[in-house]
Amino acid sequence: MSVPPQPGSGPGPRYCIGIDLGTTHSALSFIDLAASDGEATVHGVLPVPQLTAPGTVEAQPLLPSFLYLPHADELPAAELTLPWQAEGRGVVGELARSRGATTPIRLVSSAKSWLSHARVDRRGAILPPDAPPELDRVSPLDASRRYLEHLRAAWDQAHPEAPFSEQDVTVTIPASFDPAARELTLEAANAAGYPSPTLLEEPQAALYSWIQSAGSAWRQQARPGDVILVVDVGGGTSDFSLIAVLEREGSLELHRVAVGEHILLGGDNMDLALAHVVARKLAAAGTTLDAWQLRALTHGCRGAKEKLLADPEALALPIIVPSRGSKLIGGSIRTELTREEVAATILEGFFPAVEASARPVARVRAALAQLGLPYAQDAAVTRHLAAFLGRQVGAVAELQGFAARPAADASFIHPTALLFNGGVFKSRLLAERVAGTLDQWLHSEGSAPVRLLAGADLDLAVARGAAYYGYVRRGRGVRIRGGTAFAYYVGVESSMPAVPGIEPPLQALCIAPFGMEEGTEAALPSLEVGVIVGEPVRFRFFASSVRRHDAVGAVLDGWAPDELREIDAISATLAPQGRSPGEMVPVRLHARVTGAGTLELEAVPRSGEERWKVEFDVRGEPAEGGLGGG
Amino acid sequence: MATSNPSSSKPPSLLGRIGLAFRAFSAVLGDPDAAARFRDAPEGAIPAPAAPPTATPASPPAPATTLRQASPDSALQLLALLQREARLIDFTGENLADYSDAQVGAAARLVHEGCAKVLREHFQIVPVREEPEGSRIALPAGFDAAAVRVTGNVVGQPPFNGSLRHRGWRVAEVRLPQVAEGHDTRVLAAAEVEL
Repeated sequence: MSVPPQPGSGPGPRYCIGIDLGTTHSALSFIDLAASDGEATVHGVLPVPQLTAPGTVEAQPLLPSFLYLPHADELPAAELTLPWQAEGRGVVGELARSRGATTPIRLVSSAKSWLSHARVDRRGAILPPDAPPELDRVSPLDASRRYLEHLRAAWDQAHPEAPFSEQDVTVTIPASFDPAARELTLEAANAAGYPSPTLLEEPQAALYSWIQSAGSAWRQQARPGDVILVVDVGGGTSDFSLIAVLEREGSLELHRVAVGEHILLGGDNMDLALAHVVARKLAAAGTTLDAWQLRALTHGCRGAKEKLLADPEALALPIIVPSRGSKLIGGSIRTELTREEVAATILEGFFPAVEASARPVARVRAALAQLGLPYAQDAAVTRHLAAFLGRQVGAVAELQGFAARPAADASFIHPTALLFNGGVFKSRLLAERVAGTLDQWLHSEGSAPVRLLAGADLDLAVARGAAYYGYVRRGRGVRIRGGTAFAYYVGVESSMPAVPGIEPPLQALCIAPFGMEEGTEAALPSLEVGVIVGEPVRFRFFASSVRRHDAVGAVLDGWAPDELREIDAISATLAPQGRSPGEMVPVRLHARVTGAGTLELEAVPRSGEERWKVEFDVRGEPAEGGLGGG
Repeated sequence: MATSNPSSSKPPSLLGRIGLAFRAFSAVLGDPDAAARFRDAPEGAIPAPAAPPTATPASPPAPATTLRQASPDSALQLLALLQREARLIDFTGENLADYSDAQVGAAARLVHEGCAKVLREHFQIVPVREEPEGSRIALPAGFDAAAVRVTGNVVGQPPFNGSLRHRGWRVAEVRLPQVAEGHDTRVLAAAEVEL
């Protein structure tokens, strides 16, 4: 095994491995460090062996992110044999997905969305949510760990000469992930035996993959002053990022300047919406479908939709819902999907050509706490995009070389280049609709249309980009800078005389400024908060994707509704070392961004060298009571 | 890959070939000897049954035979895939006379799509000859008779000049799934009982 020379260290990893831990699919890509030189990389995607039927193992480039928990009598243990294990509890991958389609009560899906769902206990065994009581449920963390373990085992089986535990590993996350969801992803990776994994935002990974595939030509396609918009619509989530291109000392630099909100809206919602349209049509003609048939119809709609969106000549495509029994010919239901239905449901429903001033419509939720996933209430991706660009109108205002941009009277930030990611954009029509809508917004404010950064592999770009990121971090290519895309605040009660019956107003104390780079520490805020020794203390915690100027210690008395977003509370329990329980100790909260890309918080008392770790509260309880006082 | 009747020099029609294909399919599936003959046959032909290799123990020692018994596992695996993706066994098990052409056509779409998926995902099938059908091609002496079948006025010595009637198909790569030890490949599709 040849190893590239590592300055100041022993033999380093042979491969940079990139893991796309997706909502619906995961993938593993790699770069051979020894064989790569500069922009000429030797890379590949690992075919992942997985069960595709009982007792049947096939290697496929994507691992469906599904976990099926079979009944003890359902599948003989020997039928679950994988190349690296004789028998296992639970099935991961294609078989899990197909089994789960007929027995959804035993299927864990969208674990990643649950991992970032602030209102549930993410370390608690809560999945599948509608499982029968006898089933041993798993936590969103465990499910994620299982997918990561499967990928690691697949690697070790294929590369016994280069163990996974000795390679450089990057795992991707949505750019919109909160600090708690980032930490949980890292925890899952560590539990899966990943060697000091690094986290990377998916839209950045998509751009890295584009840079890698463009080779040296990327410098011609991206120019100083460009604002690249990455639109990533995956199976379950939509994610936006803005990346600015700067020139410094003669070379191009990339700065990720903004990321969007976490939007649970993706290609699967689109297929399901279409299936319901067709099912209604069948019902009107007197044919009612059961749940099994509806799933078959969804599958048929996905195929027909892709063909209709790809072929402008096709007016309608037949869809056959197969019979469940063996009488295929007599028992199948024939229907069709028309161009109008696709246009009305997908184009107008999910990608309407709205104005730049359009904003997502929020319905008033039922008062009861919802147990399901918080899916986006407005299905229109373009409205979410308009809101993102509008919110980030000032994202490049301070960047060198962007002063001449038409920022003064612009109502939204004007991107100059556009990169698509996610399987949804395999349809040229949908990509054109997004680009066309964006161009119309730009035109209305006197800007030129965006350039499309083409040539990305929509399914595998994130995994490939993650592997390339590992390579870049070894100094072999251009790195996207930017640090954290949020500023973070803790909620403190303002010190004013208590008024009976009135809650003291809340202030927000900035403890981590916008744009903290990996491996850096924030300053200590001068404001102290009181914590009680021996008792857990919780603080409300907030993030802002737009307040770029707040320094550590800044105290906000008020803020606009969409400036600060409340995220998982944080809590600390101070061990009573040398103090009496119940004593109030003033501490300052100190933030650090780890090399892996997670946010770490510590409570630092006024005197002494003690530091207590402050945890993200991922148990999904409402943040109330026990608030730290100012 | 159909049996060719030596008395008819004309290749069978498409419909004829479909029929033949299914006959060959069931012959291979149902009869291990036929499967062995099929496997060992030169590409494009199934020879008529040879004298049974183990006719009677008392007969004089037969000349060393190269026939061997194929394990039916991969054939069964392929059948299971065709049933899972294309419902092929359901489809061929039905009596077409009971249904209208529209009903048959609707089901055929499913079967066609599924079969295409199985072939695409598990085999890389390439033409034997790259030339367009109908073009004139020359076959030099020593051409691969297993990959190219000469028909019609087959006389004289190569090189032969003729018109390419069918490009032929060859499997460049087989990607069949791995099977767990003890997995019963004879279960092509498990019975389904909804609780």
